[in-house]
Amino acid sequence: MPYSYYPGCSLHSTARAYDKSIRAVFHALGEDLVELDDWNCCGATVYMSVKETVALAISARNLALAEKLGYDLVVPCSACLTVLNKTRRFMQEMPTLRAQVDEALAEANLHADYSVRVRHPLEVLLNDFGIERLVQARRRSLESFKLACYYGCQILRPERATGDDPEVPTALDRLMEAFGAQTVDFPAKARCCGGMLMTTFQPVALDLVGEIFEWARFGGANAIVTVCPLCLTNLELFQDRLTAPASGGQRLPVLFFSQLVGLGLGCTAQEVGLDYQVVPVPSEYVKPVEVSSHA
Amino acid sequence: MRSSVLSNTHAAPGVLAESEQELREAFLDQVDRIPGAERLHRCIQCGTCTGSCPVSYTMDISPRQVIALFRAGAIEEILRSRTIWVCASCYNCTVRCPSQIKITDLLYALKRLAMERGIYPSKFPVYVLAETFAKMVRRYGRNHELGLLRSFYLRTRPLELVRQSTVGLRLLGKGRMPLWPEKIRARKDLRAIIAKAEQIERPQEPTGEARRVGEVGYEAI
Repeated sequence: MPYSYYPGCSLHSTARAYDKSIRAVFHALGEDLVELDDWNCCGATVYMSVKETVALAISARNLALAEKLGYDLVVPCSACLTVLNKTRRFMQEMPTLRAQVDEALAEANLHADYSVRVRHPLEVLLNDFGIERLVQARRRSLESFKLACYYGCQILRPERATGDDPEVPTALDRLMEAFGAQTVDFPAKARCCGGMLMTTFQPVALDLVGEIFEWARFGGANAIVTVCPLCLTNLELFQDRLTAPASGGQRLPVLFFSQLVGLGLGCTAQEVGLDYQVVPVPSEYVKPVEVSSHA
Repeated sequence: MRSSVLSNTHAAPGVLAESEQELREAFLDQVDRIPGAERLHRCIQCGTCTGSCPVSYTMDISPRQVIALFRAGAIEEILRSRTIWVCASCYNCTVRCPSQIKITDLLYALKRLAMERGIYPSKFPVYVLAETFAKMVRRYGRNHELGLLRSFYLRTRPLELVRQSTVGLRLLGKGRMPLWPEKIRARKDLRAIIAKAEQIERPQEPTGEARRVGEVGYEAI
């Protein structure tokens, strides 16, 4: 069965590489991704602090659109994922609020019964495809990558979107190791990157990003892999503003997990959007495609 | 509808000022609209939230103190704090709280209340970002990062725009910062949904304070 797909605003701008590589990965695995037609912004973490009912109603519009398609909804952005899942839970648990949101949706002749599952692609890859099938489809080793697997917050909390332990998650490490990458010991894997504080209280966000880099360097990583567009932006673009010791050594490339999975499945560097990197991935990290033993 | 548990066991001691009593009512109304938020009354003041918070070191009152102040009948003090605006929504407190209190969601409720009353801490312009963001979604149906950041810095710290533009230019060079906003086709529908939801959320006439909010840029419908 195909999946419906909600890219969210970031994947059409700063996180283009995420959009491109997610599509490449699903294509390589022979699964269809159907982008929701005319989706709107989920409201992100910000709208909730303005008006609750409005934040829930605009998010519910996307769920109503997804229900028309009827497939599980794949949502790569951690903030979108949290907002859509939260909307679903609020609607299921609060009948009064739901009646109000229903009324608002009716203004656009829409209705939602909140039945569609909202899922992160990392969890879809691990549960629907499974490590074994992914290993079989492997066409390139990621052995040159020594990765700090960074989960950030909202894929783990408050909803456990990967079914992982929110304190010591392993889903991303397992997936990366399946493609031959080394993963380093990385105690900051579930720490916060500061999110929107990079705009509103930059010194605070830089403290948090600095801590993440310090741990990544301490573990000997040569790249950081993440699942969230905002985490990637904060880590990739603001590492130049860090002070010692986090700033020590060379800049670290920061990648979306789907870029690495795509490479592992034999996609080209361009197909997974490596040309969008501001901190480039050294070309020797990308090994040649192996001749398939299953062909 | 007020959950009786909360109002009975958690009336603040003594006689509250009229304004505080009114804020308390409004806050408890919000609590009633968040699933599980009534567990607020189970707080044991252990401080796990504060210890788990990555940004508590820069807050003026800690997350634990937020609940203590609520109990003491000092909501206005919470609304004036830097704390509610510095929360980054990491949800560490929420998943670790031994009493399963939805602290992050409660802070959202407090932010909404502060914005509605026009109470903002000076020099911490998070609310401007929230307002600008909401306006943009209403106009286009999607967020336009460049437009959002530009108007945020122009309204708060124009000089900062120059410093931050180095990051913007790098993104622009990589095709990761579209100059023009994406617009959805169903903008009219979306605005109708927003208008209805706003009307449901706040059917009463705006107060003097809420009008003051309007002057700093919030577009009332």
